[in-house]
Amino acid sequence: MGECYINGIANISAQPTTNADEFLEEIISHNTSIFKAHDPNYKEFIKPAAMRRMSKSVKMGVTAASIALNNSGVEMPDAIITGTGMGCKQDSEKFLEKILYDDEQFLTPTLFIQSTHNTVGGQVALGLGCKAYNLTYVQGAASFESSLIDAQLMLLEEPEKNILVGGIDEVAKNSTLLHKLDGQIKEDDIDVINLLDSKTGGTVHSEGATFMMLGSKKTDTSCAKIVDIETISKASSEEAEKHIETFLGRQGISIKDVDAVILGNNGDVDYDHYYRNLQTSLFSETEQLCYKHLIGDYPVASSFGFWLGCKIFEKNTVPAILKVNSTTAKKYDTVLLYNQYLGKNHSIALLQRC
Amino acid sequence: MNKGVAITGMGIISSIGNNVEENLNALKSVSHGISRIDLIETRHKNDIMVGEIKKTNEDLIKELGLNPLNSFSRTAMLGAIAAKEALVDAQISDISEYRTGLISGTSVGGMDTTEKFYLQYPESEENRRFIKAQHAGYTTQSVSNYLGINGYVSTISTACSSAANAIMLGARMIKAGKIDRMIVGGTDALSKFTINGFGTLMILSDEECTPFDDNRKGLNLGEAAAFLVLESEEIVEKENKKILGRVAGWANANDAYHQTASSSNGEGAYLAMKKALKIAGLEPKEIDYVNAHGTATPNNDLSEGVAMTRIFGEDNTPVFSSTKAFTGHTLAAAGSVEAVYSLLSLRENLIFPNLNFKTKMQEFSLVPQTELLSKELNTILSNSFGFGGNCSTLIFTK
Repeated sequence: MGECYINGIANISAQPTTNADEFLEEIISHNTSIFKAHDPNYKEFIKPAAMRRMSKSVKMGVTAASIALNNSGVEMPDAIITGTGMGCKQDSEKFLEKILYDDEQFLTPTLFIQSTHNTVGGQVALGLGCKAYNLTYVQGAASFESSLIDAQLMLLEEPEKNILVGGIDEVAKNSTLLHKLDGQIKEDDIDVINLLDSKTGGTVHSEGATFMMLGSKKTDTSCAKIVDIETISKASSEEAEKHIETFLGRQGISIKDVDAVILGNNGDVDYDHYYRNLQTSLFSETEQLCYKHLIGDYPVASSFGFWLGCKIFEKNTVPAILKVNSTTAKKYDTVLLYNQYLGKNHSIALLQRC
Repeated sequence: MNKGVAITGMGIISSIGNNVEENLNALKSVSHGISRIDLIETRHKNDIMVGEIKKTNEDLIKELGLNPLNSFSRTAMLGAIAAKEALVDAQISDISEYRTGLISGTSVGGMDTTEKFYLQYPESEENRRFIKAQHAGYTTQSVSNYLGINGYVSTISTACSSAANAIMLGARMIKAGKIDRMIVGGTDALSKFTINGFGTLMILSDEECTPFDDNRKGLNLGEAAAFLVLESEEIVEKENKKILGRVAGWANANDAYHQTASSSNGEGAYLAMKKALKIAGLEPKEIDYVNAHGTATPNNDLSEGVAMTRIFGEDNTPVFSSTKAFTGHTLAAAGSVEAVYSLLSLRENLIFPNLNFKTKMQEFSLVPQTELLSKELNTILSNSFGFGGNCSTLIFTK
């Protein structure tokens, strides 16, 4: 297996996570079932003329990419791989609504041009003048992890490469609301901080971006090693548990070696049993951490777990707001991530201190 | 030369046929699938020509034996038909016998159903099961669930190069031993969204498209799905599998020039072809035939042509043709549709013609192959380019 190090990482979410010195010391409370990202000052990263046409995804993506690049000291990546569950939903929605309301008349190309799923990957490449490998994965909750699997494979093939990997999803006015109609988002607003104790179906929805620079060599800026990563399209709760055991077995790691597990609980009473099962079985004696009561859920929300892992290694501490059981690890060297959405697009990842 | 990854099965549905043999017959008899729109309600019905599959969604539901309350978009149904044929062709009966995955490329996903029901959703519960079905990943999982694939499933969306990238990723994963068997390809249905989108870019032709012609007026949109089965050497040897061809070279580069337009020197295309040749371990002169992206837009054909002259030399460019005038531009599926055609070319030692070409382009001396041509073929290079500057090249060998 090729080595894979995170040599720079940046996150934009519904919490103030862009400031490198802070680690969830200040928590913004959200009390609606759909809420937006906490915007950094995009002007610091994007020229005003370019920003005018940019949708939220592009702004978040270009900014997070720029911070991650900067943190890693790499000027030009050798590949750009992005993941997004919904793509550029805002522009897609506007273009679709114009087609439907104006009977396919008076349309302009800009919205269509910016509606494709690979818009962010393309814009990051354009901004950097990067002619290298460029790919976009769109696999629901496993979109970001699909990108990582590609990057990991590439580092095995060409270990000298520096690969920029990112996950981006945005809230769009009406299409996000549609997910209330089909039960994916809770009908009533709630205090998001209490999400994990929710007794209703569906979750809360938000947006964000995570970018990281990956390389096969440990550098001065390395914040974690990605030992391995796997995605599983469909599994029952019991099958998911078995997949995790097999995954750990393959790494030669036992449950006891896992210092903390970061889980994707999203307060959906119909699907959180996937996590509850693990919390009371495999990981009953492991420190358990959750985060979607802070940042909400969206297809690439799981990328926040990677950022958390890096922060935990860096700060050697875990903010109490993340803890969901009473176990506290003696050290933080090995962290396991598990996420799923509606019983589909499961992902398992193992991070280690480096 | 790199031995490449074995292709053991293929399946396709396009406007020129509902399976591989029908597609081959149409290509051999030079019978294209470009027509007016019959099945989509759009005010542009009489403005453009398209490559439409003349089957209604009800026909497709019946063919696949789906529950009437299914949530398959048209894109997903086309994908399921082609992927199923590929599995049968590869003589796979037990999908879980080996570690098997699916990678599909799509650009519109379930947009065809979304645009039908979007305005009804708030009032009527009837079709709300299609809300989730809009998402590209959901389209792929409709196909993977239909085939019984539960492990690695992924979707690539790099506009018109999606399926080529899916084939590339599958080949890389098998080569690295990450998986034993991968179903790879792409699917896209016609939709009002893309008809209007490409319409605003003023690159849709009101006539049958004319790739690489000096007077080309733009592309014909098409719909299709095509999938290949890639298998590891271990399976091929153990089961003594027939091999249709091999994916021997692959590469992806970015033009980094403009969100939708290609650069005039074809830099992205040039880089993709160059690297694919390197991975295949082939010299440009060893390529027997190029299945060009050739969409018939002024911008693409110029950029791709220039890139070809840079790779091969203007006077040494191999025989090339674009098959888009048969099928239309099937967007995310184009790379796998043309992979199937490349495999048929290898099998039949036949080059399928570039239809409707009359006048050589002014910018260079390249002239595509305009008649069906019998030629011993061992190596074929196939290009796919997309919005976002995405350029991909695949090389298939016997």
